[in-house]
Order: sequence, then C-alpha cells, then structure tokens
Amino acid sequence: MLVALKRILKSSWVGFRRDGELALATVFILVIAASLVTALFLSREVSQFLISNLQEKMDISVYFKENATEEEVLNVKDELLKMSEIKEVKYVSENQALESFIERHKENQILMESLEEVGDSPFLASLNIKAWKTSQYGTISAFLEHPSFENLIEKVDYFQRKSVIERVFSLTAAISKTGILLSLAVVIVAVLVTFNTIRLAIYNSREEIKIQRLVGASNWFIRGPFLAQGAISGIAAALICLLAFALICWTAGPKLEFFFPDLSLFNVFTKNLGFIFSIQFLAGVGLGVISSLIAIRRYLKA
Amino acid sequence: MIKFQSVTKIYPAHAGALMIVALEDVSFELSSKEFVSIVGRSGAGKTTLLKLLLAEEKPTRGQIFFDGLDVPQLKPERLPQLRRKIGAVFQDYRLLPTKTAYENIAYIMEVIGSSDEEIARDVPEVLEIVGLENRANNFLAELSGGERQRVAIARSLIHRPEVILADEPTGNLDPYHTLDIIRLLLKIQEMGTTVILATHNKDIINRLGKRVITLEKGRVIRDEERGRFIL
Ligand SMILES: Nc1ncnc2c1ncn2[C@@H]1O[C@H](COP(=O)(O)OP(=O)(O)O)[C@@H](O)[C@H]1O
Ligand SMILES: [Mg+2]
Repeated sequence: MLVALKRILKSSWVGFRRDGELALATVFILVIAASLVTALFLSREVSQFLISNLQEKMDISVYFKENATEEEVLNVKDELLKMSEIKEVKYVSENQALESFIERHKENQILMESLEEVGDSPFLASLNIKAWKTSQYGTISAFLEHPSFENLIEKVDYFQRKSVIERVFSLTAAISKTGILLSLAVVIVAVLVTFNTIRLAIYNSREEIKIQRLVGASNWFIRGPFLAQGAISGIAAALICLLAFALICWTAGPKLEFFFPDLSLFNVFTKNLGFIFSIQFLAGVGLGVISSLIAIRRYLKA
Repeated sequence: MIKFQSVTKIYPAHAGALMIVALEDVSFELSSKEFVSIVGRSGAGKTTLLKLLLAEEKPTRGQIFFDGLDVPQLKPERLPQLRRKIGAVFQDYRLLPTKTAYENIAYIMEVIGSSDEEIARDVPEVLEIVGLENRANNFLAELSGGERQRVAIARSLIHRPEVILADEPTGNLDPYHTLDIIRLLLKIQEMGTTVILATHNKDIINRLGKRVITLEKGRVIRDEERGRFIL
C-alpha cells in the first residue's frame, strides 16, 4: 500500500517534470478558478461591510413638542420597544440635546453667543430610533404617524431622509441579488473551464491509459498519478493565488480606504486568511482532483 | 489451461466500413507449458485471437477460458488479475511513450507490487538479455523499431507470467536478433511458461518443430503437433 502510494507520487512528479507545459496550463486555469472564488468572497465581505456600515449609520429621530413631559416621551419609547422591527431607541432629553450641541460647537464663538441670547434651550426632546433593517423604517414611521401621537410629536424626520434610506435599501438589495447571480455564473464557468482543461490533458493520455489497463494495472494505480497531479496543481494554484491576493489587497487597500475610510481591505484579508486559503485550497485541489476523477472514468472501462 | 470453444468474432459494420468476420468457430485447447505457434496470412485473425484472450475484445459467440476463468464474462475490475498472469508482446508494441525503456519494464513490476530491490535487480538483467543494456534510459521516441520491439519483449517476460502472448515479436528484427528472440522464447517455455507465438515467418516455424495452429480467413484449417508452415 505504502509502496504503491510512493510510486504514484513519484510517477506524478516525473510526469510533471516531463510535461511541464501542460502542468503549467492546468495550474494557470486553477489559479484563475481559485482567484474568481476568492474575489467573490472578498467582494462579498467588502460589500457586506459597506452595507452594514451604512445601515449602522442610519436612524430616524422623533422630535416631541415642547409641552410633552419626559414621562410621556418615555411612554412612547416603551411602546416603540415593543415593536419587533426596532433594534434600539435612545432618549435624548432637551438638556442632552443642548449639551451635545455645545460639545460639538464650543469652538464656534458666534454660535455660542447666539445660543446664550436665546436663553431658553431651543432644542426639543427626541427619540433616536434604529431598526434592524433599512426596509423597516417605513413601518416605524407609519406607527409614529398614528393620530394618538398627534399632539405629542412635533415631527418625524423620516420624510426628510426617506429618499436616502430607500436608496440605500434598494442598493443593498440589488447588490446582494446580482452578487449571488454573478457568483453562481462565475463559479459555473470556472468549473467548466477547469474540467475541460483537465479532460483534454487526460484525453492526451488515453492511449497510455489503455496500455496500462492492458498490462494489468489496477484502476487506482492508473488513476493515482492523475489525481496526485490534480492535487499538486491545486496546491500550487492555491499558493500562487494566496500570494497574488495578499499583494493586491496590500497595494489596492489604501486606495480603497481613500473612498471608504472605515474599510481596510488588507485587514479583511488577514482577518479571513484561514478561510480564504481554505476556499482557495478547496477550489484548487477539489476542482483538480474531481475533474481528473470524472475525466478519466471513461478510459478505465475496458 | 487455455480453451477456445466455438469462438466467433465479428467486427460490426460502422460508418461505411463493412462488417468483418475475423474469427469463425475457432476451437482449440492449450495445456500448461505448451509452445504453440499461430500462423496465417496477414488478416487471418491472429491478432484478434490474442486480443480475445487478453479480454481487449469480446467474442461475438463462443467461450474462452483461462485457468478456469470465463474470460469474456470477467468484470472490468477483475481484468487486472487476468492480465497480470499474461505477458503480451503486442504487434504495435504498446509501450508507454512518456517513459524510458527502463521505466516501461519497471512499470509492470510496479503494477504487480514488486519491491524496489527486485526491480533494481531484475530490470537491468532483462535489458541485458534482450541486448538493450545501453539504451535503458532512452525514451521510446529515441529507439529504433527493432529496439522498441525488444523492449516490448523484455516487458512481457519481466514478471514471469504464466503465459506469454507474442504477436509477431520478430517482425521488426534482423535475422540475427530474430534467432535470439526465438531461442529466448524457447528457453522461457522450457522453464515452465506457456508461449503463444503469432507469426507469418516461415523459417521460424519450420525450425521450431512445435505445435502449429494455422488460420485462414478466421478459421482453423490445421492444428498439428509437430507442425510446418504450409499456406
Ligand atoms: N478493430 C477492428 N475493427 C474492424 N475490423 C478489424 C479490427 N481489427 C481487425 N479487423 C479485421 O479483422 C481481420 C483480422 O485481423 P487481425 O486479427 O489483425 O489479423 P492478423 O493479426 O492475422 O493479421 C482483418 O480483416 C482486419 O481488417
Ligand atoms: Mg496481426
């Protein structure tokens, strides 16, 4: 058993050296396949990061009339918290609103002076609401439009932000839908191209396979070197791919950060390094081995 | 140990090619350690007969037994067992083009699971027997027809099979090497191997004084103990 394994590995290595061009072509195709899978994964990570970033920043605020008491406001807050759509409600009292305004603008002499002139706090108490999903803001705002709140609520700022919110909503939906379709198409193409390359390589060896059968080699003894070559190509492809992506993320990362300051592509890459290498390894080795296995089947029947 | 019973092989018609009856109602029996020559004109069905025994082709009708095994009924995964008992010199050599002479011969020993030491000991020896010790590390493309034929012969006997099928093994050899190879086959048979030699070389047959089965248009027309080459 061990001897057979050793022979299979040796013969596949020799095959590699003697038919370098073909091996190179296979590795090349596998690199492309593994790269596509990696690119898909990275773009999904990045777009999810961007989407959740946008969603994180999204909220609506309800401003209460001046005569509303704190108790009434907190009642509304309790009501809101009963809704399943709501992730978080933050109460901002008149004073807190004032303080945070001062905190933000304390450098600005003119603003500070005019604030003093007004005397009384010009701010309204408000509830700051975050939903789980962008699509839920409509429901929440409808709830707040209810007539029973009419003499309590000054305004809901959903309508000012409606268009932005909806745009983000439709954008994220579109991104994930096309993303799924695109990945599916890309993966199918990658699988087909890889399979075909390997099928051709094995087709080239069909006479040899026939001879091996005729002199009494068992199917596994014949398959072995092809599978081992598929696996070696896959490993080589995964390594090349990993290196290439490390380089790309490292150089392109800062450029992306220019547009999306919170996003560090290189961090995304290093954080998921294990997973990325696993998918590259699986894509490379899996495709290499499974394609070989399927392609060689028809030659082993006689 | 080998038995053909009313074997008929018809290659079916396809895409403009006509149907061909390559063997018709062929019956014979070989005992262990026998030396038998199959003679006949080109196209008489000699190669087809050997292919049937190796299960490379299936008979259209009739039965073939090897050591009690029903050859045409063997499942693909059982074929290696049968084929390892047979050493074949194919008319078109069927050597592995991507391997050297040495590797082609060593491959058979790897297939049957010989140890590295056995391979390192036996392969050079057999290469010397067929006079190719200086060509061991040449690839197939670098060898002449006669040299390839001798590699094929070396490969067929390296693993000491029960039977050797030699399909025109001297077709590409000069008279000097031809004689060597025939002597070698005789010696192998004396040591206890069944030898089936397909040939249309008249001199060889007449010198051998062994059993001869004569084929004509796929039929056995003569089967004689100390046969001569008559067509
Ligand atoms: N694969 C094949 N398909 C169709 N006809 C074949 C095939 N192989 C051999 N034949 C035909 O069968 C006949 C016997 O061939 P073969 O056994 O090779 O003869 P021999 O070896 O005696 O020269 C020939 O007429 C040949 O053309
Ligand atoms: Mg022939």
